[in-house]
Amino acid sequence: MLSRLFIFALLVCGSLLRGQELTPEEMATAATGESISLPMPGELFAALGKQGKPDWSAMVRKTPASTFTNRQQLALNLGGLIADGYLAVEAQDAQQVKNAARDIKALAKGLGVEQDLINRGNSIVEFAEKAQWATLREELEAAQNEVITAMTAHQDQDLVTLVMLGGWLRGTEVVSTHIAAHYTEGAARVLRQPAVVQHFVQKLATMPKKIADTPLLNVVRTGLAEIQKATLKPASILSAEEVTMLSELTKSVMNAIVLKDK
Amino acid sequence: MLVARRSRHRASSSAQRATLLSLLLALFTATALVAAPNLEDERVAARRSALDLAGAWANDGFLLRDGHWSGALKIGAAKVLQVNLYAGNQYWFTLAATSPAKKVAVSVFDSTGKHVATEPYEAGARAAAGFAPTLSGPYYLKIEQIEGEPSAFALVYSYK
Repeated sequence: MLSRLFIFALLVCGSLLRGQELTPEEMATAATGESISLPMPGELFAALGKQGKPDWSAMVRKTPASTFTNRQQLALNLGGLIADGYLAVEAQDAQQVKNAARDIKALAKGLGVEQDLINRGNSIVEFAEKAQWATLREELEAAQNEVITAMTAHQDQDLVTLVMLGGWLRGTEVVSTHIAAHYTEGAARVLRQPAVVQHFVQKLATMPKKIADTPLLNVVRTGLAEIQKATLKPASILSAEEVTMLSELTKSVMNAIVLKDK
Repeated sequence: MLVARRSRHRASSSAQRATLLSLLLALFTATALVAAPNLEDERVAARRSALDLAGAWANDGFLLRDGHWSGALKIGAAKVLQVNLYAGNQYWFTLAATSPAKKVAVSVFDSTGKHVATEPYEAGARAAAGFAPTLSGPYYLKIEQIEGEPSAFALVYSYK
């Protein structure tokens, strides 16, 4: 009788413990969606904001001057500009937000999705003039999602990935450059995102050749592989040297992305 | 003459049968359309309910992500979503299911699959989990229907 009770108790405990952990299969088959599983630059900037008082204005870059004709390059730059929009919001710089909105619209036009952004672009300008920074963060993400929805409707799923990648690269460039200059373990803790890097590496590897086999995407692919190598380590906190390397790698890929028709 | 009459009669019967069949099919389709709720409408309703609850976190300074996750949910068929979070941020994951669901739950697991403690909120067909990761990286959200009939669900998340 006692042994039966013991076995029963073991089974109950076992099932309770199972409920406390995901199975490897559950993790391997977990759903992912680019509009919810991938973080937005605003989340990264919010996390950095908890580590002190970064000088956001000093991180704003000169808007890429080039006009691009290559759709992959347009998509990568569009993502980068959306990250710039978030940065301008953090810097509470209304003019920079308006500049970003104007440039985003121009790139969206090059991709044939500007119609979907007309109202959103106007409201971004309006909220910037009224200094409604929290609303602007939500508007920027909504703008990106409208572009993504339009691209998905046009069967341009690969361009969606490139928009997300451009945003992630620009956000990581900004934050890693700041942390490299003001290194603390707490701040470095923010940076490690191996699953995000892995997601982009996999997506680029499975893109059709006619999209992925271009000089620019070759540079991006190589850069991502190096970023993956630099950040894929068992320890969860990147060292000062690793953060500097991440900053240099993301900067180098972003420089290639803004070069005229790479 | 008789053969021709029989042939006309047969053709007329076939036409009547075809008409009857079409009517029955139309009736069946119409009944099915009225009886079965449109999944897309259900998802929209679930999302509206999730956004309604997430509005409460917005009052505490949480920003709502524009993206969402939606689908169908039933007892015994939990669903798992991967998200990538940043250390230092605070998050609320808000789940809502449509009325056939009576009770739902959302829980958070780290990159190794271990359950992490969250601030829970449960109210019938809506549930939420508040969480502040100390490590950046991938996390998993598990959503489950505990009571009720199969339903549509939507999950949104907020951060600050």
